[in-house]
Amino acid sequence: MTTATTNGALSFEGIGMVFPDGTEALREVTLSIAKGEFVTIVGPSGCGKSTLLRIASGLLEPTAGSVEVDRDRLGYVFQDATLLPWRTVRQNVELFAELHGFDSGERRSLSTAAIELVGLTGFENHYPKSLSGGMKMRTSLARTLTLKPPLFLFDEPFGAVDEITREHLNEETQRLFQSEGFAGLFITHSIGEAVFMSTKVYVMSARPGRIVAGFDVPFSYPRQPELRFEPDFALLSGEVSLALRGSHS
Amino acid sequence: MTLQASPESKAGTVTAPEEHISAPADGQFAPELPDDAPKAYRVKSRRREAAEAILPPLVLGMGVIGFWYYVSFIAIDESRRFLMRPLHDVVNVGFLDSANFTEMLSGLWSSTKVALMGLAIAISIGFFLATIMSQAKIVERAVFPFAVTLQAIPILAIVPLIGFWWGYGQTSRVVVCIIISLFPIIMNTLFGLLSADRSMHDLFTLHHSNRVTRLRKLMFPAALPAIFAGLRISAGLSVIGAIVGDFFFGRGEVGIGQLLRRYANNLNGEELLAAVMMSSALGIVVFWTFGWLQNLIIGKWHETVQK
Repeated sequence: MTTATTNGALSFEGIGMVFPDGTEALREVTLSIAKGEFVTIVGPSGCGKSTLLRIASGLLEPTAGSVEVDRDRLGYVFQDATLLPWRTVRQNVELFAELHGFDSGERRSLSTAAIELVGLTGFENHYPKSLSGGMKMRTSLARTLTLKPPLFLFDEPFGAVDEITREHLNEETQRLFQSEGFAGLFITHSIGEAVFMSTKVYVMSARPGRIVAGFDVPFSYPRQPELRFEPDFALLSGEVSLALRGSHS
Repeated sequence: MTLQASPESKAGTVTAPEEHISAPADGQFAPELPDDAPKAYRVKSRRREAAEAILPPLVLGMGVIGFWYYVSFIAIDESRRFLMRPLHDVVNVGFLDSANFTEMLSGLWSSTKVALMGLAIAISIGFFLATIMSQAKIVERAVFPFAVTLQAIPILAIVPLIGFWWGYGQTSRVVVCIIISLFPIIMNTLFGLLSADRSMHDLFTLHHSNRVTRLRKLMFPAALPAIFAGLRISAGLSVIGAIVGDFFFGRGEVGIGQLLRRYANNLNGEELLAAVMMSSALGIVVFWTFGWLQNLIIGKWHETVQK
């Protein structure tokens, strides 16, 4: 069912998911993400977006269809930061490298680089309880960056932070997408976030989740914050919004 | 003309705010409050805070001592004063008489050793059981009813049985401590081990961690706050177990339970009250010690650490 791929980073083929209680979460989802693509799926709450990510990562087996992905070094950024509260920022960032058996010297250099990438230098010895929501998310990002994953799965990671922090994190995510060269699958219900970061935006319908529309995002990288106020940006956001509304009725 | 005038007026509006900014630096708009005012206020409030913390229990304590003297000297007849010796007699006979005091201290030390030994064994058994219960639901289902039964047995009901099986020496005292302190350790440790979020477990699943890694790096650290809550309860219970055990089992070292029994039999009211005070002091020290340990180990990262 799952095979390693070389040509594309991730592809879903006719994915269906019916939970044991009879809830149909996903129906006939087919989409693929190639290297160098940053794909966002927008959809209403509870439409099965997160279920799709859990299937991609192997945490959940679909009841129909197949997934093609290399799960060796998958990056998965959760809805909340899921930091271990008894570990400092540095220890949290080093967790994955630790689980993959890197020695302490390697771990240290990997974590130092990742912490610098997300702009948390100076906070290495802080515990999560003294960090803001945005800083926790940055730590979570840094932790995933240490393994240099070719594919990042983002499960609505910036839903809980305030608007301004979210915009900053969006800018940083697309900067990292540029500099680190990973492929991304991003789940959100914020249209602005989707259009700002992605190369492609898909719209998912309410339960059972199906892909009902897809849009190519033509803006070039690196994208500046001012892009959000361009007429083209507003136009595309409007189209996505209309597709999303259409899927609701 | 108009084109020239507008840059000029703009320049004018720019300089004006600069003047406003520089003015406070000259001291013109400096606040008139003295610099040390907030500090002095803070010292006063801290002092008041301390007074508010200390005064109520102090007043209540003095009230209790007053009532004590009232009972000793007025409420009961002089011939029955042995029932409630006045405080200064308790202090004189119990704490200032060096022979009595040494006897009580060594009794207390003996009971402390028993309590710590019992607690250490209960911790080992409790951690082991909770760990395997957390790993296999079937073990949890099997052990749970017996753990509850163990907790439900009134300790006094099985004390004769313990003496029957393990004799009337130190072993039986330790067994009482184990039985009385085991349940909170099992339950709190198990609860703690199962308390890690599903998403944190997903994190370890995604990186193909085995059971031991998951237990060591996720479940056990996550369990620490609950484990300490259990330890504080169990430590107090173990002290009670040591005293109750010592009260019933007369062989071997004389602990504080034996002394309590002897003082009661001999109608030594002063020594009896002093021994009761020392027993409760032991309980308080043990509770405080585990609170201190908890703060030391998880205080840095845990959100709500009890003081």
